[in-house]
Amino acid sequence: MSASTDDLHVFPRTVERPIAPVWHRHARDAVQQGLIAALTIVLGLILPAALFALWWTAAERHWIAEQILPPPAFVWDSIKYVLETGELLDHIKFSASRVAWSLLIGGSAGLILGFGMALSRSFKAYVFPTFDVLAQLPVLGWIPLLIIFVGIEEPLKITAVSIAVVVPVALSTLHGIANIPQSLLEVGRVYQFDAFQVIHRIVLPAAAPSLFTGLRQGVMQAWLSVIFVELLSSSEGLGFLMAYSRSLGQIDMVIVAMLAIGVVGILIELTLRLIESRLQGWRRSAF
Amino acid sequence: MSDTPKVNKAPFDWRGLVLPVAFIVIWYAVTALHLVNTKLIVPPGGVLTTAWAELANGSFYLGIALSLWRDLAGFTLGALAGVAVGTLIGASRLADKLIGPTFHTARQISLFAWLPLLSALVGTGDLSKIIFIAFSAFYPVVLGTLDGVRSTTKAHAEVAQVYGFTRTQLLFKLILPSASPQILSGLRLGLIYAWLATIGAEYLLVNDGQGIGNIVFKGRMAFNIELIIFGLLAIGLVGNAFNRLAELAERRLLRWRAPAR
Repeated sequence: MSASTDDLHVFPRTVERPIAPVWHRHARDAVQQGLIAALTIVLGLILPAALFALWWTAAERHWIAEQILPPPAFVWDSIKYVLETGELLDHIKFSASRVAWSLLIGGSAGLILGFGMALSRSFKAYVFPTFDVLAQLPVLGWIPLLIIFVGIEEPLKITAVSIAVVVPVALSTLHGIANIPQSLLEVGRVYQFDAFQVIHRIVLPAAAPSLFTGLRQGVMQAWLSVIFVELLSSSEGLGFLMAYSRSLGQIDMVIVAMLAIGVVGILIELTLRLIESRLQGWRRSAF
Repeated sequence: MSDTPKVNKAPFDWRGLVLPVAFIVIWYAVTALHLVNTKLIVPPGGVLTTAWAELANGSFYLGIALSLWRDLAGFTLGALAGVAVGTLIGASRLADKLIGPTFHTARQISLFAWLPLLSALVGTGDLSKIIFIAFSAFYPVVLGTLDGVRSTTKAHAEVAQVYGFTRTQLLFKLILPSASPQILSGLRLGLIYAWLATIGAEYLLVNDGQGIGNIVFKGRMAFNIELIIFGLLAIGLVGNAFNRLAELAERRLLRWRAPAR
C-alpha cells in the first residue's frame, strides 16, 4: 500500500521542483558512473589477486619447490635487476626490431601479392591455388628447411617471421579489394576515373578496414613467431632470455620474460587500437 | 550432390597448376644438370625415395599417430573449456567483469611464451604438450563463442522470455544455436592453432617424445633434407586435411541456415 502512495507522489514532486540544481544532477551522475567504473575495476582485479595469492601461498608454504615456482618477491627482485642493468630493454629491442623488419618485408610482399591477385584475374588464377596450399602449412613448419638454406642467424628469424606476416596481409588485402561494391566502381566509371584515381579514390578507402585487419593479424603472427624462433635458436631477444634462463633453471627469469612479453603484447594492442581509431576518424571525415 | 547449387561447380582452372609444375620442373632440371649443390638442394627423386622408405617404416606412422593424438586431445580439452568460458563471459555480465580483464590480458602473452614455464611446472612429456595445445585452441574458441553469444538478437531473447524459458533452455535452445556459426569458425581457428602448437611444441621439446615434428627436426640435425621436405609435406597435408574437414563439418552443421544465404 505504501508503495503505491509513494508512486503517486513521484510525479508531482518532480514537477514542483523543476530542473533547479543542474550541477547537482551532473555531479550525481558522475559519482554514479565513477562508482560503476570503480566496481568494474575491483571485479576485474579479483581473479588476478586470487591467482597472485595462490602463487604467494604456494611459494610461502613450499607446496611447490622454489626451483620450480619461485616466490613473487624473488621474481620482483629479478624484475628490478634486469630493469636496472638494462638487460631486459636490450632483449625487447632485439625482438622488436625483428618484428619491425619482418613487418616491412613480409607486409610489402603480402600487399603486392594481395593487390596483384585482387586486381588481375589471370594473376590470381596462376598464383592463388599455390598460395592457398602454402598458406595452410603452419609457418613454423618451414623453419627446419629455412635453417638449412639460410642458417640459424638473423636471416632465419627475419625470413620465418616475414613468411608469417605475408599470409594474413595478402589474404585480407585480396578480400578487402575483392569485396568492394561494384556500385562504387561504377561511380568511378561514370566520373571517368583513370586507373590511379580508381585506386586512390575508391580501392584504398574502401579496402582500408580489411587492410587494417591484415596489419593487425600480421603483427599478431609476427609477435607469435618471433618468440618461437627466438626460443628455438637465438642469442638475444625475449624468447632467447626465456630459453636460456629455462636451461639454467632460473624460472624467475622465465616469468620475468613472460611478463615482458605480455606487456609488449598489450602495448602492441593499444598501438593498433590507436591506429584503428585514427583510421576510422579519417574515414568519417572523408565522407 | 544433387542439392548443392550449380554455382559451386566452377570448371577446373589449369592455370593454377602452372606454378607448381614449373617449380618441380626447374627443381628437377637444376639438380639433374648439377647446376646447384645437390647436397643442399636435393633432387626430387631423392625426396620420393625417402618418402617411400618412410611410408614403409612403422616409426613414421607412430610419429604421425602420436602427434595427431596429442593434437586432438589438446584441441578437445581447449575447445570444451573455450566454449564454456566464452558462453559464460558472453552471457553473464558479472562473469565478464570477473574473468574478462584477466582473459584479455593473458591473451596478449604470445602463445609459445607459456611453454618454458609449463615445461618447468609439468615436465616436458605428453601432459605439458597437451596442456599447451589445449591452451592454444582455447583462445580462438573463446573469442568465437563470445562473438557468437553477444550477437544473439534481442528479439529472440524476448521470445524466449515470453515462453518462460528456464536457464538451461535459454542456453541450449537459444544462445548456443544462435551462436553456432561463430562458435564453429572459432573451433576451426582453434584446430589450426592446435596443429601449429603441436608442431611447435615438438620442435621446441625435440628430445622428448615422438611425433612428426620430432622426426622433421631430427632430420634437420642429421642434415637429411629429403626427410625434412617429406615431413613438411606430411605436416602440410595434415593441416590441409583438418581445414577441409572443418569446412565440410561447418557446412553440414549449418545447413539449417542455408535459406538465409
